[in-house]
Amino acid sequence: MTNKNTAVTKPINKLSQLLKASELDTRMLAMVGILITVWLGLNLATDGIFLTARNLYNLSVQSSVVGIMATGMVLVIVARHIDLSVGSIVGFTGMMIAWMQVELFPVTAAWNWPFTIVIGLLLGVVIGALQGYWIAYKAIPAFVVTLGGLLIYRGAAFMVTDGRTVAPMNTDYQLLGGGINGSIGATWSLILGIIAICCVALLMYRSHKNRINHGFPAKPMAIQIALFIISATLILGFVWVMNSYNKPRSDIARGIPIPVLILIVTVIAMTMLTKLTRFGRYVFAIGGNPEAAELSGIDVKKVTMLIFALMGLLCGIAAVITTARLNAGVNSMGLMIELSVIAAAVIGGTSLNGGSGSITGAILGAVIMQSLENGMVLLGAGSAERQIIIGLVLIAAVWFDTLYKAKQR
Amino acid sequence: MSVTPLIEMKNIHKRFGGVHAVEDVSISLYPGEVVGILGHNGAGKSCLMKMLAGAMELDSGEILVNGENVTIKNPRDSRDLGIETIYQSLALADNLNAPANLFLGRELMTSMGTLDDSRMEVATRKVMHRLNPNFSNITDPVRSMSGGQRQVVAIGRAIYFDAKILVMDEPTAALGPSETAMVTDLTKQLKSEGIGIFLISHDMHDVFELCDRVMVMKNGRNVGAFKIDEVTPDDILSLIIIGKLPEDWQPRNQV
Ligand SMILES: Nc1ncnc2c1ncn2[C@@H]1O[C@H](COP(=O)(O)OP(=O)(O)OP(=O)(O)O)[C@@H](O)[C@H]1O
Ligand SMILES: [Mg+2]
Repeated sequence: MTNKNTAVTKPINKLSQLLKASELDTRMLAMVGILITVWLGLNLATDGIFLTARNLYNLSVQSSVVGIMATGMVLVIVARHIDLSVGSIVGFTGMMIAWMQVELFPVTAAWNWPFTIVIGLLLGVVIGALQGYWIAYKAIPAFVVTLGGLLIYRGAAFMVTDGRTVAPMNTDYQLLGGGINGSIGATWSLILGIIAICCVALLMYRSHKNRINHGFPAKPMAIQIALFIISATLILGFVWVMNSYNKPRSDIARGIPIPVLILIVTVIAMTMLTKLTRFGRYVFAIGGNPEAAELSGIDVKKVTMLIFALMGLLCGIAAVITTARLNAGVNSMGLMIELSVIAAAVIGGTSLNGGSGSITGAILGAVIMQSLENGMVLLGAGSAERQIIIGLVLIAAVWFDTLYKAKQR
Repeated sequence: MSVTPLIEMKNIHKRFGGVHAVEDVSISLYPGEVVGILGHNGAGKSCLMKMLAGAMELDSGEILVNGENVTIKNPRDSRDLGIETIYQSLALADNLNAPANLFLGRELMTSMGTLDDSRMEVATRKVMHRLNPNFSNITDPVRSMSGGQRQVVAIGRAIYFDAKILVMDEPTAALGPSETAMVTDLTKQLKSEGIGIFLISHDMHDVFELCDRVMVMKNGRNVGAFKIDEVTPDDILSLIIIGKLPEDWQPRNQV
């Protein structure tokens, strides 16, 4: 008996030590495990269609909208709030962009699309800031303000054109949606991939040197090398898959889609914001203990308002990608997407009690959510079934979070 | 020649509905002085100090810092006046680690304008070491620390920033004997550096070891303020419990 026990516990101890030394989050690893399981399962169920380059390309484009919004939702939830209005804001800003681009201004003018994008993003910021103002300065619960926003901006989206669909968009603008020409080609994808690998190496080296300079114990070399190899493989693997999907009736590789590039830039910016700036630190402090944050001299109200303004900006970006992808403004854009976005954040380890969450986790969550949706579409499931599954996944994710917390205590 | 007091609080009032939490209390604090604020639970000690710290707005009364009338609207105002506060609730963000808490609201930044976590960690180690040499889990979230360790973080935060005035609301309530002794030494050292300290404590031993003067509060009112050598622990207890001195009381240093 005892022999058996030690034999079992020893490798587990070693494994947990290894995990600790690598400073990888066990929860993140669990999510990666879930993602792999979901992918393999869907691949089996779809007779290998799921893991084709074509489908993965589509999946990455589909994930980018939810992923971009989820990075903001992480901060909202970390700060103990919620934003139910994000889908409607996408609808409204999207309709405004489409209407301005197609009906208000000459659609072919070169200045048109950048200009309408800027207006659309500003609109998102203003709407978000306005909601944030009511939440922060008038102390109305975010649930109420953004539930109101959900109705208001959905209604406003309809009113822009009385429900009419606006199309087509400017041809250059369409590239942002990742359509037939909306990707950067094989060469550029490879170059970007190599630059990314160099950046990873540089960052790891700098953090290593920084630790040594300050006399902190450095991560074991073997683990650092292993982490580097894993990252490099993932990056190259991604580029390879994106380069394996050709444009229709040709052998020209598509490469990384533009919306995915926008997602990557957003993720980098949001990660830096949360880890490297005062603002990010304050968001987490507010989530951990709002009273302590206030007593520490943090302007909690201002930070809260900024969080919602940022969420509005990200909705604006999502609206740009959505309208470009649809090549139209449709007033149902973003309908119910708030649920996928919240689910992505929560699946990605953002705790609904506030104070903890990560951008990377939310992206993983978004990919898991979109994989399920995408897989169900491949399997021929209707929107009714998809809604049921997403609802169940959301509940399961929160349940998992509760279990995880209870175990940690 | 008279020295200007660091702090003068005059006729401070604070009500919560029907509760008069602080009623017409005046108190002063001079450089290098420790003033004890004593009283039963709910006497209004924390409220009085929170108004100085900017954590609570006063209903009426005046606060003078270095002889100048000031309005303290929020904790930032108080910090800007050189007042540091150790709150009874500790006011820590449980999900952040010790360095993040110590520098919360006053982070050290790199030349590139980003958070300098390494420098904050090094500085935190130094401060913590001064208070508790056994402090090891400095980069864990404070949630996972013991009550005493958390209190050490809160104290470290108040002493790191060269305060001129220190408010300590039951700073040693959760500390073990050796940590308490270290806080006592630290308090004496700060006092010798000319810092003025308000100390709220229920521990008579600490009060008599550290304080130069004491004020006793009961139901929001000041029921007696004395130099420490004028009273005995029994006198103080009598003030705390029944709000009066014994019938035959005379200043003890004149007997
Ligand atoms: N935020 C608040 N809202 C309403 N009443 C309050 C509030 N804060 C304090 N009080 C009341 O004011 C009175 C004084 O409270 P205070 O916290 O100052 O007591 P204290 O002397 O610090 O007691 P303790 O020794 O228990 O810390 C109490 O009756 C309390 O109930
Ligand atoms: Mg108190």
